[in-house]
Order: sequence, then structure tokens, then C-alpha cells
Amino acid sequence: MTKKSNSSLILPSEITPQHFFENRRNLMKVAAASTLSASMGEWFTRDAVAQSVANKLNSTPNVALSVLEKKTSYEDVTSYNNFYEFGMDKSDPKQNVKNFQTTPWKISIEGLVNKPRVFDLADLLKLAPMEERIYRMRCVEGWSMVIPWVGYSLSNLIKQVEPQGSAKFVEFVSLADKKQMPGLGSQVLSWPYVEGLRLDEAMHPLTLLTLGLYGEVLPKQNGAPVRLVVPWKYGFKSAKSIVKIRLVEKQPANSWWLANPGEYGFYSNVNPEVDHPRWSQASERRIGDDKGFFGPKRKTLMLNGYADQVGSLYAGMDLKKYF
Amino acid sequence: MLEWTLKNISKQYGYQAILVFCLFPFIRLLWLGFDNALTANPIEFITRYTGTWALVFLCCTLAVSPLRKVTNFNHFISYRRPLGLACFAYALLHFLTWLVLDHQLEFSEIIPDFYKRTYITIGLLAFILLIPLAITSTNSMQKLLGRNWKKLHQLIYLIALLAPLHYWIHKAAKNNLFTVKIYLGIIGVLLAYRVFYWAKRNLASRNSPKTLN
Repeated sequence: MTKKSNSSLILPSEITPQHFFENRRNLMKVAAASTLSASMGEWFTRDAVAQSVANKLNSTPNVALSVLEKKTSYEDVTSYNNFYEFGMDKSDPKQNVKNFQTTPWKISIEGLVNKPRVFDLADLLKLAPMEERIYRMRCVEGWSMVIPWVGYSLSNLIKQVEPQGSAKFVEFVSLADKKQMPGLGSQVLSWPYVEGLRLDEAMHPLTLLTLGLYGEVLPKQNGAPVRLVVPWKYGFKSAKSIVKIRLVEKQPANSWWLANPGEYGFYSNVNPEVDHPRWSQASERRIGDDKGFFGPKRKTLMLNGYADQVGSLYAGMDLKKYF
Repeated sequence: MLEWTLKNISKQYGYQAILVFCLFPFIRLLWLGFDNALTANPIEFITRYTGTWALVFLCCTLAVSPLRKVTNFNHFISYRRPLGLACFAYALLHFLTWLVLDHQLEFSEIIPDFYKRTYITIGLLAFILLIPLAITSTNSMQKLLGRNWKKLHQLIYLIALLAPLHYWIHKAAKNNLFTVKIYLGIIGVLLAYRVFYWAKRNLASRNSPKTLN
């Protein structure tokens, strides 16, 4: 009896070869996974849409002040950052800004002005029409991006406070809050981060008070909620997360100059003819270049390609001396 | 008993484990490449990655003989060649990344870098010094050179000073010296051990006849 039933029993493995059987199992796994990812995907898109609506920042393209080069991807612009308040690696800022509170935010304009004033974010958002400007961004380290910023000329803000005749320079002070900024423990720079421009540089139309990029409010790792963008100077001149702007008579001591005066000058204009002491500035690597990342570097342009607009600011100056 | 077991395990599988360790960073780099995960600036990433691993393998190579003396596991010495060659291989990749990927063999840029940029001069020197060590790493070369082989391979001590110096000068541009100091500390300890060991042995051999009398 037992024997008979045993002999008549056909095992599934005898009918279906093992690899078919396993394949089928894999197919089921794939099907299950794809259903899951489809539903998850929907979830994520919905989330992203909701977020981008909340973060949207309307603007009008300023074609005259924009370059026509291919924009660096949003992903690269927002994940490869030098923002030492949040750590020294390029990937640190994006990871460490989660607890960074950018609202409410106040920015105080003071010093040699007739009408010192504290602006909050809402004031800044309606001070002047928002423009989108696509600028080149050249880092002193030898790489570059092309970024669609949103903002307006800083001169709009400075005119509001009426600079006095004795004001020659503008100093920008960034937030330095140990509770929110884990990078402040580092001894690399003295905090808060300070930058400076000559008043005529600050008043130049290209100098952008920036509140957004890629049509949305500034991501935290890019210097939210308000930063400076000075496209003809190395990136570090464009102070991030600004809390104070002072108009002063004497040239401000900017943080990088203080850290290493022989290597980072006050002007720090992009200049292929003046090397950084440790490397050449003649060429640059464009992040996300069309030629592929193993393609050649680009020649760096005088004043980052803005020589026609801002060259006259430096007429007669020895740019090797005032680097 | 424990020591006996450890000794046998490391005798049996140690060499293979070392080979896997030597190849791991390279395979990971390929993996990151295929995964499109070399950051927004891949050439900078590859340059730093290979440079860092060359330095790690330099430290590992230097650690072999102290570890052997401390543990009395004599077969450890057989790990030194693959570790040393891995140091050379990653240094070669580091150099080639800079030469071919970064500078596209643009010699009008490369040649001035050799003499104008101190950190490049020093890095290049360290790399050049590694070449004869790699070439003479085989058994037959060791036999051929005899006593001179050991003398030649003492160049590693000079390389062990040049490599972190190269890294230091590069990082000093931003005062970002924390990681550099860690490597320098490790190399410092490994070299100090040799000085200590050498002094102990020399003093002992000088003193020993007296104690016999």
C-alpha cells in the first residue's frame, strides 16, 4: 500500500525543471517589487510635487544678464557644496542642514548709512521684482557650474538704506549658530564667516542678492534663505545665509583672507593669469560637463567671462598685486 | 591555545585575505563607477580615493615588521610584498589619474606643475622612488641584489616621509589638516618603533659581553 502510493506519487520537481521553477519564483519577486515600487514611486512624486509647490519662487528670466551655457543639474548644484558651517566635505552640507531653521529670518543693514534697518524675509521678497539669472560659478578650487539663480541686484537693497559718502566697502556677515551648524567646531576659519566687497562692486547690477535657484527658494545647503552671488569672483566671495550687512570705510577682513592672506586675496576675481600658489587657475573642470567627466577641462575666462561688464571696475589696477 | 589557533588560521587564510584586501578598493571604485556614484566631480574623487588608498597601503606595509615582532607570527612577513605592491599600484593609479584624466596629457600644464607646485614635486618624487621598489619586489630580484636589496628597500622610509608631506602641503591650502595628522601619527608610531627597536638591540649587544664577564 505504502509502496504503491509512493510509486504513483509524482514530485513537482519531476514535472517542472528546477531552473524554470526558480525563474518563476524570481518573476513573482520582480512582479511584487515592481508593484511596490510603482506605488512607492507615486508616493514620492506626490511628495515632491507638494514640496515644490510650497517652495516655488516666481521670477522673470533676465536674458540680458544670463549665459547660454548648459545648466548644471539641480542634483549637482544641491549636493556638491562648500558651506563649511555644515562640514568640510562637499557632501556634508546637504546631510547636515536638516535642523537648520531658515524662517523666521532677519537681516540687519547698518554702518555708514542714513536709514539703518532690519529686513525680514517677507520684506526682501517684495523689495524688487524677482529675476532669474543664469550665471557661471567658478570655485577657487578649480571647478565650475552654471546655475539659474533667482533674486535681484543687491543695489536695490543698499539704496533703501542710503549709504553715506564715507562708505567705501560693504561687509557681509553670515549666521554662526553652534546649535544648528555642526561645522562651527572646526578651527579652519574664524566664525562668523565674513566677506566683503568694494561699494562699487556691491552696487554693480551683476551682484545678485539671491533668494532662490531653479525656480524655488534656496535649498538650505546653498545658503538659504538669502545669499550673495558675485559671478566674476571665486565662489567663496559669495557669502551664504547672511544676517548682517555693514557699510564701512575700511576694507573688511574677510574670513579666507584672515585664514591665509597669501593665498586668498580680498578681491579674488576669477583670473586665469594669476595662479593660486598651490595650483594653476588657467583651466577649470565644469561639473556635469557634456563632454563626459573624463573630458578635458575648460579654459578659465578672464573675470569668469564677465570682463565686458565689470572690467572697468579694475581699470589701471595691478591684478597680480590685488589678487 | 588561542594563540595557536590564531596562528594557524592566519597561516591558512591570511595571504588570501590580504590579497582580497588589496583588491577591494579597486573593485569598489569600479563598482562606484558603474553605479554612477563618483560624486559630482568624479576626477577629483578618483584622485583622492587612489591617493588615500596608496597612503593606507603604505601604512600597512610599514606595519608588517613591527606586528611580526610583537606577535611573533613570522609568516606575517609574507604579507609585506602584496601590501607594498598595492601601495605602488594605487600610487600609479593616482599618478595616472592626475596625468591622463585631469591634465589630459597636456604637457604644457604638467611640466610647470612639476617644479612650480611643491606638493606635486614631492608627490612625484615619492612615486618615482616607489618604482625601483616595485620592480625589485620579485624573489629573483631579491636573490640577484643580495645584501643591496635590503639597502634599496630602506627607501620606503624616505617615501613614508614624502607621501604625508605631499598630502599636508595640499591640504594646508585650507588648513584642513585633521586627516593628514592621523596618517602622520600612524606613520610616526611605526617609524618610532623601528628606532626604539634598533636602539634596544644595539644597546643590548653592546652591553651583553659585559654581563657575560
